[in-house]
Amino acid sequence: MDCEDAIDRMYFYLDGEITRWRRWKISRHLGRCPPCAQGYDFEIVLRQVIAVRCQEQVPEDLRRRIVEALGECGEGD
Amino acid sequence: MADQAAFAEQAMEHMASLYTAALRMTRNPADAEDLVQETYLKAYRAFGSFQQGTNLKAWLYRILTNTFINSYRSRKRRPEQTEIDDVEDLYLYRRLGGLEAVAAGRGAEEEVIDRFTDDEVKEAIESLPEQFRMAVLLADVEGFSYKEIAEILEIPIGTVMSRLHRGRRQLQQRLWEFARERGLMPTANSANGGHGDGEPAPPPPAPSRATHTGG
Repeated sequence: MDCEDAIDRMYFYLDGEITRWRRWKISRHLGRCPPCAQGYDFEIVLRQVIAVRCQEQVPEDLRRRIVEALGECGEGD
Repeated sequence: MADQAAFAEQAMEHMASLYTAALRMTRNPADAEDLVQETYLKAYRAFGSFQQGTNLKAWLYRILTNTFINSYRSRKRRPEQTEIDDVEDLYLYRRLGGLEAVAAGRGAEEEVIDRFTDDEVKEAIESLPEQFRMAVLLADVEGFSYKEIAEILEIPIGTVMSRLHRGRRQLQQRLWEFARERGLMPTANSANGGHGDGEPAPPPPAPSRATHTGG
């Protein structure tokens, strides 16, 4: 496992879509290679920030409309 | 016959994530609300065919994306760019000086990420061409697996991977543009960045490294 392999497989590793054997080999590389490890860390932080920053609150009015619509739907059955 | 109580009990908790996805897909609050409401009504009517014990959230997303693709997209058809320029892995990290500065042990690149606003992140996602945007949303915001995304979007897993990888890189390109516009650089080389309105945020710690271009 060299740096190029480690970076090529980064998304598969971070997505948890990789075999245990390959995961182990990448982890071992990261333990020995601070530049790759920091690149991985950066992607992890970026992904967390993206997930958190684009969350939305459901408008109360929408929630109420859906509950009402489902209620009417149920009565029509 | 659909069990209304069971549906309400199980499906309502996913409304916030469905609404988040709907807003990123439609880029418009009114359409997003209609899309979510329509999704719930369709899901309710089809709930009898939902197999208990399988992934309800993925099932709801499948209805959401199908509804979006079939009605909302065609209703507001706009020229949609489907080919995007590809860039290398770790695009943003490299632009922020990462791999070269790593010897100095700085974590300044991560600090820059933290300074993106909610609106910048949302806009960056919404700027992605639709097929890439949906893959990125499902994976990075909702945490679905490749297999689940393939089922939700009804595309092969290989297509999921390529859309996801290219979408993520394009997202990083967009974020890099925001970082540059706002002078959010770990190298603090933003003296002529042009924000003359008393920016309260302190500048990032000055690196010992020399400015990256001589001029």
